[in-house]
Amino acid sequence: MKRRGLLRAGLAAAAGGALAGCDALSHDERAVRVLGSAEALSRGVQRAFAGRAMAQEFTPADIAPVFRPNGTTRPVGEAYAALLRDGFASWRLQVDGLVERPGSFTLAQLRAMPSRMQITRHDCVEGWSCIGQWTGVRLSHVLRLAGAKPQARYVVFHCMDLMEEGDYRAPYYESVDMDDAFHEQTLLAWELNGRPLPVENGAPLRVRVERQLGYKQPKYVQRIELVESFAALGRGRGGYWEDLGYTWYGGI
Amino acid sequence: MAAAPAPAVIYRHRLPVRLMHWINVACVLVLLGSGLQIFNAHPALYWGKDSRPETRVLEIGQRRDGDRLVGITRLGSHEFRTHGVLGVSRGPDGAEVARGFPSWATVPDGQWLAMGRLWHFFFAWLFVLNGVAYLLWTVFSGHLQRDLVPTGREWRGIGRSVVDHLLLRHPTGEEARRYNVLQNIAYLSIVFIVLPLIIVCGLAMSPWLNAALPGWVDWLGGRQAARTLHFIGALLLVAFVLVHVFEVIVTGLFNNLRSMVTGWWRLPR
Repeated sequence: MKRRGLLRAGLAAAAGGALAGCDALSHDERAVRVLGSAEALSRGVQRAFAGRAMAQEFTPADIAPVFRPNGTTRPVGEAYAALLRDGFASWRLQVDGLVERPGSFTLAQLRAMPSRMQITRHDCVEGWSCIGQWTGVRLSHVLRLAGAKPQARYVVFHCMDLMEEGDYRAPYYESVDMDDAFHEQTLLAWELNGRPLPVENGAPLRVRVERQLGYKQPKYVQRIELVESFAALGRGRGGYWEDLGYTWYGGI
Repeated sequence: MAAAPAPAVIYRHRLPVRLMHWINVACVLVLLGSGLQIFNAHPALYWGKDSRPETRVLEIGQRRDGDRLVGITRLGSHEFRTHGVLGVSRGPDGAEVARGFPSWATVPDGQWLAMGRLWHFFFAWLFVLNGVAYLLWTVFSGHLQRDLVPTGREWRGIGRSVVDHLLLRHPTGEEARRYNVLQNIAYLSIVFIVLPLIIVCGLAMSPWLNAALPGWVDWLGGRQAARTLHFIGALLLVAFVLVHVFEVIVTGLFNNLRSMVTGWWRLPR
């Protein structure tokens, strides 16, 4: 009986030890790289399965009464406050980088472009979901106007909100590849549930990339940059949350 | 008791089973710990397509009691005080922190969603590949038909087996050669019901795979229902592991462990 008690304690210690080992490995650069290798596998397999597929669209009855805001709910600073005061009349969306015709668009110009409306489910990396109706111009339309150069591999979204995580301060940014950028449901949205995009949901313009998690769909977008590599941006991982350890592929 | 001298030690578990068993142990430990880590990022479950207070079925949170936080768990409309374990528990440094599951149960220990996801998806792949290898091996080696599917006689003896288990009475000698019927039912339900449920519901949470066949996630009740089912599946798996380890201990820990390491098992007398 004594031996059994000892063994039981041993088993519990082994399980506890295994978990403690995981904690140590979480701080080991090589171990984290091995764990991270599953991202390429997930991305490759998932893309092979549903490369150009459309995200599920819902009915008006499915729309949530309140679209849950997350992350920044109002960018700090006088610049944004001023834009908000004049109803974003002086706001411009700049499009540059690897494009034939760099330039900028006013909100009115974007709203005058052919639009798409979709009722989709927003899935946050934290685990919750919320269904809303988005209206906006397809990103592909804007990219065709600007003329993406053949060497452009990623579309980077630069945002107006400054993020703070511990002692790390950086503006929010995100990136998607050209497949996602030219997807039918990838929008620059200015309307949520039939009303102008509220401040807490990213006014005046946010991105919808419907087959990826919420952090891949930045709010408060002010500049779109086409690049061949995102190595020179932030910490070089393609997005604000990616720079803090989240995977670039947000389809899982 | 003048029975013929039976072989005392038999070769019970072949190498592939032993190997895959221990890979499973590692996978289940990490997947459970990292799964709870991910759950902690939003410690609530819902039934349906999205997350709304009206459809919430489980919530782990805190209630303010004077100037101190009390850990609570809400199941439907019932509230339970789960202070110390769920809602509020001691962190790695010994200080009380507000979080869903306690740090001793999560991978990694502190709140670190990005790292939990790395662990979860790496080991999910390993677990699924190991599971596919097991299925192929178990079918083509004859292990499934020979050792796992109960015979008609065993099915009829199910009542006696239930009583035996409750009295902690276990088969001995020749009778112990085969897995007993309850053991087989447990293994088969885990392999063919619980694990597939967990995996399918896990895949249903991927927004990219949702697009593969629009609407398929609604067969499970919606994405948030799939998340709830994934959690319930994990609880069933934990229940199985607890019973399994209990039985391993009461039927002879050394003998059982040795058989899962070397393959050789002494028939209990």
